[in-house]
Amino acid sequence: MSVIIGFLFMAAVYLILSRSLLRVIIGTGLLSHGAHLLILTMGGFAGPAPPVVADGVTDYVDPLPQALILTAIVISFGVTAFFLVMAYRAYQELETDNMTLLKGNDEHD
Amino acid sequence: MTNLLLFPILIPILTASVLLFFPKRVAAQRAVTVVGLVASIIAALFLLRTVMTDGVQAVTLGSWPAPFGISMVSDPLSVSLVLTSLLITLGVVVYSFRSIGEGREKYFYYPAILFMLTGINGSFTTGDIFNLFVFFEVLLLASYLLIVLGGEKRQLRESIKYILVNVVSSAFFVTTVAMLYSVVGSLNMADIAEKVTEIGQSGILTVIAVMLILVFGLKGAIFPLYFWLPGSYAAPPVPVLALFGALLTKVGVYAIIRTVTLLFPHDPGFTHELLMILAILTVIAGCIGALAYYDLKQIVIYNIIIAVGVILFGVAQMNMAGLEGAVFYLIHDMLIKAGLFMLIGVIIAITGTSNLREMGGLMKTYPGLAWTWLVAAFGLAGIPPLSGFFGKLLIVQGAFEADNLWGGIIILASSLIVLLSVIRIFIHAFWGEPMPVKGTSAGIYRGLLIPAVLVTALTVFYGVGTEWLRPLMWDAAEILHQPSIYIDAVLKE
Repeated sequence: MSVIIGFLFMAAVYLILSRSLLRVIIGTGLLSHGAHLLILTMGGFAGPAPPVVADGVTDYVDPLPQALILTAIVISFGVTAFFLVMAYRAYQELETDNMTLLKGNDEHD
Repeated sequence: MTNLLLFPILIPILTASVLLFFPKRVAAQRAVTVVGLVASIIAALFLLRTVMTDGVQAVTLGSWPAPFGISMVSDPLSVSLVLTSLLITLGVVVYSFRSIGEGREKYFYYPAILFMLTGINGSFTTGDIFNLFVFFEVLLLASYLLIVLGGEKRQLRESIKYILVNVVSSAFFVTTVAMLYSVVGSLNMADIAEKVTEIGQSGILTVIAVMLILVFGLKGAIFPLYFWLPGSYAAPPVPVLALFGALLTKVGVYAIIRTVTLLFPHDPGFTHELLMILAILTVIAGCIGALAYYDLKQIVIYNIIIAVGVILFGVAQMNMAGLEGAVFYLIHDMLIKAGLFMLIGVIIAITGTSNLREMGGLMKTYPGLAWTWLVAAFGLAGIPPLSGFFGKLLIVQGAFEADNLWGGIIILASSLIVLLSVIRIFIHAFWGEPMPVKGTSAGIYRGLLIPAVLVTALTVFYGVGTEWLRPLMWDAAEILHQPSIYIDAVLKE
């Protein structure tokens, strides 16, 4: 699992460092996937049963990381939605999606 | 009233939710915002009194025993930070009436400020590391809205970078929390601190400590991680800039202070040494930036970076003098940065530019503004009767006690550069030949100047009333110095 997460992080870093804004956003998506999978992995995979109280089951998987991931997923979903709309607005106004062209200083500073 | 410490978080979020219902009625928006802020300030004052008389307040939500529920903790440091951010926000909101413009006010400007305040106060008060992440996201999401609201080209360009940096640092935060959870198996800060003490700070915990410094350093703009700040902060309008400059980086600084004093104080040879070196480099980088620019906003923005370095240098000493100085300086810096940004907003409103080369001779026409600026500039540099003096004195004393002679000298030298950078604004803008200015109506000028003067007056009282504030700061530093007080207050059962 850690190898897969490492690969996700690698791909995310590569995409975030690229020029096109959409590739950057895809990179942040992969980055949050990696982070969420990492929480799951770090919580450990011990315990076969899902964390639901049921008769005769004593060995549950750790429920805390799942709650953390759920929280982190909705947060990153909200941020990604905002970011995508921002990218759309920026494309309308600035007429480019090239990150290197976004650095200009139209003022004196 | 055990829930008293939640009121400074709950009142802003409730007020903000109410404000969402009538976005187009600007007068009502303003009135409700001010009422909500005043109510929160009163609650925070009561909380301050309770914390001073009865010690650290802790409440675990849902009445679960301490490590299992989410703990909220109010110690003297966090309550004074909460009170300071509420006062600053009130000042900035009153300042916004005259400067932000109806267009922005109709599109959820005040709710965004209050949601950001909720996140800030929550971050200062929480005792749970994942809850800290959530409050960080609350304040960041509101700040994304504030930085881009208005949708000018420059704002769009810079806010993309701002969001990207913060998304990456948030993902890093989640990663770090996951690793910390796998090592100690807890998310409650007091519980983590106790477990770290039990198992000893092994190599992996030091790695996690460095990762946390990295994460919070991205939020708080320390040396190699401050690259996003100058561009992003120059984009939004001045009141938003004042809020960001006074509050946002300080949340990162507070998180670093909390982490290195409470969770990872056991290997100071590595983590605190690293923090100290980074702090000194931050001060130097900030000094270079503060001298390099002829732009009002950039000069003060680089002064934020210097102050972050000074505060963290004080924390890295890990003795009472250094920690108390850091706490003093932290609150002084929040107040004075808000004041400075509001004052440059007045200058920009009068001259219509933020370029120092295009202004001059404002002393004759606007003497009130000039003298206020001079007082704020002296306060920032730490001239003795004013607010910046005592914190920096204690930080330098702490450095000398810990045998960091050169660090202390660099901090002292940085004060001179800070003074030079803001006095340069005074000389260029207020002295010399009067330049043609855009001018502004007397009403707007008064409406902008009065809140700015009030915030500056607050810093003057803060400096003059040092003796009166000393017990509070001493208690705050003592808890940072002896985390067992904090741990016992949270895990009392």
